[in-house]
Amino acid sequence: MTTDTWHNAALALKLLALDPQGLGGAVIRMRASPDRDALLAGFTPALPIRKLPITIPDDQLFGGIDLTATLSSAQLIENKSFFNDPVIAQIPMAERCPPALAAKLAQAADQSLTQGFLLIDEGIEPDERAPDPLADRCAFHLAPEGRNPLVPAGTNSSVPAGTLVKTADAILQLTLLATRFGITSLRAPTLALRTARAHAQLMGRDHLTDTDLEIAATLVYPHRATLIPEDPEDRQSPPPPRESEDCPRGDTQENDAIPDADMLVDAVKSALPPDLLNGLVPAGTTRKSGGAGAGQKRTSNRRGRPLPSRPGRLDGTSRIDLISTLRAAAPWQPLRRQQQPDRRGLLIRPSDIRLKRYAEQSDRLLIFAVDASGSAAMSRLNEAKGAIELLLADAYASRDHVALIAFRGTEAETLLPPTRSLVQTKRRLSALPGGGGTPLASGLQHALLLAQQSKGKGLTPTVILITDGRANIALDGTANRAQAADDATAMATALRASKTAALVIDMSNRPQRALQDLSHALDAPYVALPRADAQRLSGAVTSALDG
Amino acid sequence: MTKTPFPFSAIVGQEDMKQAMILTAVDPGIGGVLVFGDRGTGKSTAVRALAALLPPITAVQGCPINAETHDACPDWANIETKKTHKIPTPVIDLPLGATEDRVVGALDIERALTRGEKAFEPGLLARANRGYLYIDEVNLLEDHIVDLLLDVAQSGENVVEREGLSIRHPARFVLVGSGNPEEGELRPQLLDRFGLSVEVRSPNDVAERIEVIKRRDAFESDFDTFMAHYTKEDAKIRRKILAARKLLPQIETPDDILHDCAELCIALGSDGLRGELTLLRAARALAAYGKKTTLTRQHLKQIAPIALSHRLRRDPLDEAGSTTRVTRTVDAVLA
Repeated sequence: MTTDTWHNAALALKLLALDPQGLGGAVIRMRASPDRDALLAGFTPALPIRKLPITIPDDQLFGGIDLTATLSSAQLIENKSFFNDPVIAQIPMAERCPPALAAKLAQAADQSLTQGFLLIDEGIEPDERAPDPLADRCAFHLAPEGRNPLVPAGTNSSVPAGTLVKTADAILQLTLLATRFGITSLRAPTLALRTARAHAQLMGRDHLTDTDLEIAATLVYPHRATLIPEDPEDRQSPPPPRESEDCPRGDTQENDAIPDADMLVDAVKSALPPDLLNGLVPAGTTRKSGGAGAGQKRTSNRRGRPLPSRPGRLDGTSRIDLISTLRAAAPWQPLRRQQQPDRRGLLIRPSDIRLKRYAEQSDRLLIFAVDASGSAAMSRLNEAKGAIELLLADAYASRDHVALIAFRGTEAETLLPPTRSLVQTKRRLSALPGGGGTPLASGLQHALLLAQQSKGKGLTPTVILITDGRANIALDGTANRAQAADDATAMATALRASKTAALVIDMSNRPQRALQDLSHALDAPYVALPRADAQRLSGAVTSALDG
Repeated sequence: MTKTPFPFSAIVGQEDMKQAMILTAVDPGIGGVLVFGDRGTGKSTAVRALAALLPPITAVQGCPINAETHDACPDWANIETKKTHKIPTPVIDLPLGATEDRVVGALDIERALTRGEKAFEPGLLARANRGYLYIDEVNLLEDHIVDLLLDVAQSGENVVEREGLSIRHPARFVLVGSGNPEEGELRPQLLDRFGLSVEVRSPNDVAERIEVIKRRDAFESDFDTFMAHYTKEDAKIRRKILAARKLLPQIETPDDILHDCAELCIALGSDGLRGELTLLRAARALAAYGKKTTLTRQHLKQIAPIALSHRLRRDPLDEAGSTTRVTRTVDAVLA
């Protein structure tokens, strides 16, 4: 397995070197290491590789006036566009690439300005990864496993030649295969076909063989798969016969050189990422984009309360404060005039430039910590769900981010990291089952962690705790009622110490004394869920949050 | 360097999306198209293809706002020539993260600092005048840019008051937005501003999927033959659009159709009157494109889902119900 992934990675880079534009590029998910250097050293395309920093300003990306140089030399100097010369763009730390840059690069790729990307993804967490719009346009996703100082130099002669496949059949096979692995994007089969071609070319052939298809499928499909095809017995009937009826071409049936579909399926299966097999990416769900949930910076250069302007470079993302710039330049005029007597007008140097800054209110994040324990489920879990949905509608109107934590059984679980997608939130919420103990402390702990993380991203978190208050599972997962209550209070105190705003919603049938105490520990308003009146609760919560 | 875009007529399936785009070309007053759906379903391909499909416009040479006559050119542009030329209908990309300055235009800092001149550097809204403004990932657009767009799309005029400039210029464009609903919602104000809204999905039909890949492959490996065929097909659509534009003013709207429109919108409880107006305009464009001179119920039926589904006073959490709701109500009201 380990050598396989290294072997595949090296092969993918070889193919990419042959047709960088057609294959779009590759995501290489590895931390900086000698292994990565060794892998990259094997990538020797005909085009030069140039680094594209994720902080690249627009005037360097698309070309434009170099204001700094223009001002100091007193003549118009333009930046060349990054895409001016055909280069392969290597993007270091692609997991931090902002969505705006990703969108611009994707646009450039669509217009064939680019010659392929090499996205170096150093992400660790699953949601730290190269932006989807770019990753989708790259044929390969390489994440070699384990250590392998001796990177295989790719493959040439050891591969069996295989039997000849017509292009039409190759398209048929690759498309069907993509469907069976639940890959909806139609870019995938196109990229797979080009990969197969590139492989044939690498082998010095001018026709496709089943080996090419197998390798293309292994390299392009596994990381895009969203479901695993069922066993051969079950799927004998559905896909294969239908394809020949639907397909207008008659020649597919006559040709018996189509590679064995099962062989292709097995090839892809063997290279599937482990997290898929563990069910971490359930069938049918799209992976969440990292972009939408990211918090906004508190210091903005566009809107909000004005702050004093600062010296800086005009990079196309900020606005110049003209008055301050002129004020900064004014005292130097006589001196500069002596140096450059032949120049007319104001003499402005790059160092005079002042940029506008504004303080922006950061976005609000509502963290819902929902009790889904047995006692809660018995009483009013569904009502609570209804109430949360109403709150979500409010969140939608005020463009808040939301996150969802559920606690039941022995510990809490973050069902949804901060997002603005209410469709996803609702889906997770409605799928939330009830039952088990009440690990209230664990729920609060998760909320605290999430609140701290989101503060780091510039969001302002508010924890909304919805529970019936009968904490009976301690932090270590044991069923010890006294310990559980102590732990819950301790976590509440920690949450309060972290200066996170909170709100306690009591969903029990009768208001709980313990919960009122908890809300004191949290320094949070306490709202009892009015019986069967989600609407009123939503109103109560809104006023508690705003007040 | 830029490659010819994939031809519009060669896009397999996605009939709703293609039809919506064609209708905005027939009558730009419909107010744009929103295309929501998964990645790799041909959203951006269709928009870029649209540019090649649209009939060219006449514009004064060098005019930053593509004005048709010299009189219409703004003073600040200092256009000397009265010569006009044919240019392709502008389709301007508004990239995410574009600054306000780039969008509305700003003082030309470079000229101000180096030459001491107060000149206006027009932004994307100027370039999109009389054409299309395309926003990919429109749901990720920053709020202040959305506000700007709402203002301008409403008034058809871009007003710039900053850094000592006071400039206004016409900015009439058709908004085309695309996005992936999994990544965030669109504000209702902006949603409502789009005339039509379509959902695109990857085709489930295997034959259709195969055809997509085949054409894509032919486009790349057998470019000349492929283009020769589809350029002709594109030209056919362009001629139909031009014919429809001519026919549009002559379309009769019987009173009972107006009545149907109102009844439909009341039954659906759509906010404001924009729904009715769009429904009517889109239905008329559809009739014109189909070479009909009288509006019928069939036209309303066909257009109602894409003209109304995004305007329902809806539950923002509703996952996929609105199109179904429209279809059901249409069947009930126009039975």
